[in-house]
Amino acid sequence: MPTPVDPPSDLDPEISRYRLMQLIRRFEEMAVDLTRGGEIQSAVHVGTGQEAIAVGVCAALGPDDVITSTHRGHGHILAKGGDPARMLAELLGRETGYNKGRGGSMHIADIDLGIYGANGMVGAGAPMACGAAFMFKTRAERHVAVPFFGDGAMNQGVLLESFNLATMLNLPVVFVCENNGYAVTTPIAEVLKGSILERARGFGLAVEAVDGMDVRAVQAAAERAVARARDGGGPGFLECATYRYEVHNVSAGSNWADERDAAERQEGRARDPIERLATQLIAEGRWSAVDRAQVDAEVESELEGGLGFARNSRRPDPSAAYDFMYARDYAGLPARGVDE
Amino acid sequence: MSRELNYVDAIREALFQAMEADPSVFMIGENMRGDIRPESRGLYTRFGDDRVIDMPISEAAFTGFATGAALAGGRVIVEFQVSSLIYPAFDQLVNQAAKLPYMLGGQRFLPVTYLIMGAGAGGGRAGQHSDNPYPYFLHAGIKSVFPTTPADAKSLMLAAIAEDDPVAVFAPVGVYGTKGPVPEEPVVAPLGQAVVRRPGADVTVVAGGPHALQAVALAEKLKGEGISIEVWDPLSLLPLDKAGLEASVNKTGRLVIFDDSNRTCGFAAEIAGLAAERCFHALKAPIKRVTRADMVIPYSTPIETEVLATVDRLEAAVRAVMA
Repeated sequence: MPTPVDPPSDLDPEISRYRLMQLIRRFEEMAVDLTRGGEIQSAVHVGTGQEAIAVGVCAALGPDDVITSTHRGHGHILAKGGDPARMLAELLGRETGYNKGRGGSMHIADIDLGIYGANGMVGAGAPMACGAAFMFKTRAERHVAVPFFGDGAMNQGVLLESFNLATMLNLPVVFVCENNGYAVTTPIAEVLKGSILERARGFGLAVEAVDGMDVRAVQAAAERAVARARDGGGPGFLECATYRYEVHNVSAGSNWADERDAAERQEGRARDPIERLATQLIAEGRWSAVDRAQVDAEVESELEGGLGFARNSRRPDPSAAYDFMYARDYAGLPARGVDE
Repeated sequence: MSRELNYVDAIREALFQAMEADPSVFMIGENMRGDIRPESRGLYTRFGDDRVIDMPISEAAFTGFATGAALAGGRVIVEFQVSSLIYPAFDQLVNQAAKLPYMLGGQRFLPVTYLIMGAGAGGGRAGQHSDNPYPYFLHAGIKSVFPTTPADAKSLMLAAIAEDDPVAVFAPVGVYGTKGPVPEEPVVAPLGQAVVRRPGADVTVVAGGPHALQAVALAEKLKGEGISIEVWDPLSLLPLDKAGLEASVNKTGRLVIFDDSNRTCGFAAEIAGLAAERCFHALKAPIKRVTRADMVIPYSTPIETEVLATVDRLEAAVRAVMA
């Protein structure tokens, strides 16, 4: 396995965040190419355009903090320290993948890094984050748990129940809503009445709305909410307005039509979080186009290395299909498809 | 040391002993603080806020809460007061907890016990409080036990808590009132081990919970007629003691399954399928299933009794395979 590439520690932290957003962007674009090319066997949900939320929020987190993610989870996982090589190996169904090829795109997790998993069911990770936060609280650890979810999840009962659990138990949780305006392809305004922020406030959460295309704003808001939660001040809720560049999901076969018109898509892309930070850094005299090109080249090389590693890894042996169902197996368990 | 305990008191003793022995064990559920419910009475006073947590009526969220707590190092007991309360939590049970460890490639396992009280029909509890929903769990691959006696209740409860996988303990309402000898020590039963509740030579009756006790009574009744029933109580539904089942059916050559869950794709269907595959040549008569009908359980007694798995129908089935 290639050694994960840690950015130099003396790098300006904002340049590190640029690098991480660029890594997510190019990872996602690579995932799209690999899917359309048939190397990824199933569909991927990519988060190009939404990078600033993952990076801004995770910048406020430490290694012992926990996140739960969504079906559109690659960015969260990379932002929390996930290794792109092992993620690519998982997408390619390899034994060296994070889940040993048992999960794929929608289930990538690294529990040791505090990544409690992408999740294929909308809103389902939130109660798990509450459970982890409860353990932190009872063990007097100052960690926080951050469930990511989309605007569509705001209509999911288990998420609303989790808001109540978090306030009732005063848990160190910061709920992060990535509002990209669409519940899959349905405009959120058509299916969500009232307001997202007021809905969360009604549960007693400390709420804040933020421009999810501005990594500085996301990070600042996340730091406020995380600090409050860490200090026992109660759970928070961030609504981050963002835009998804790709269609809902990409697969090799039939692709979803884009539900959005060209003008809207162009407007969304004009708010690009990566360009925005790069422009700010260069305008502030902290960075140059040359330095940027070098960081971009490093990202390409890291991803190429990761893809090479993934492609050279073995697929799981069929006889290993039954491993990991249980911590403890018993005679006849798990039952095979033919009685032996 | 053994002394007599009521079935539910045996569950409570297991909860106390498991929580005394391991400080990482904690329990969540509804209505535990007020000492309202016999299975949790006294737990809150003894273990306090951090280990006995009253949950809102949010079964989906508190089931997922247990999953997250287990990933973070907890060993969690989740109580559902009535068996049908698992339905609001179905995604978190069968699609999250049951699948997560595998999808994680074994990074972590989930030491979570689902204590499912009030399983089965109890006389007038009607459509939404009378289910024996274990086939859903077995179908989803969730380890499940169905203790019959107070001693089974304690030892299987302790086994469930000790297991590093999710285990559902179904406590049938039909045996709540029973008493029996229960060891004071925390004896842990192995999962996947059935018990021959009454040995016999002519016909194997597979039955658990109150139905196992009814089958034993029927065996006594028919003994005088020269019909020797072996009552085989699985106790552990998943893992199942398949070798034990095979041995009993091969010995008697006849099989009647007496199970009060739905007929179609129910537990009895699985037992019948296994026996047909493994014991075909030993069988002297067709396998018979006596189950509840594929019905909503009605409220009024005459029609409720009509649709349940009754001992009268068991007797008729036994006589039929002996004829």
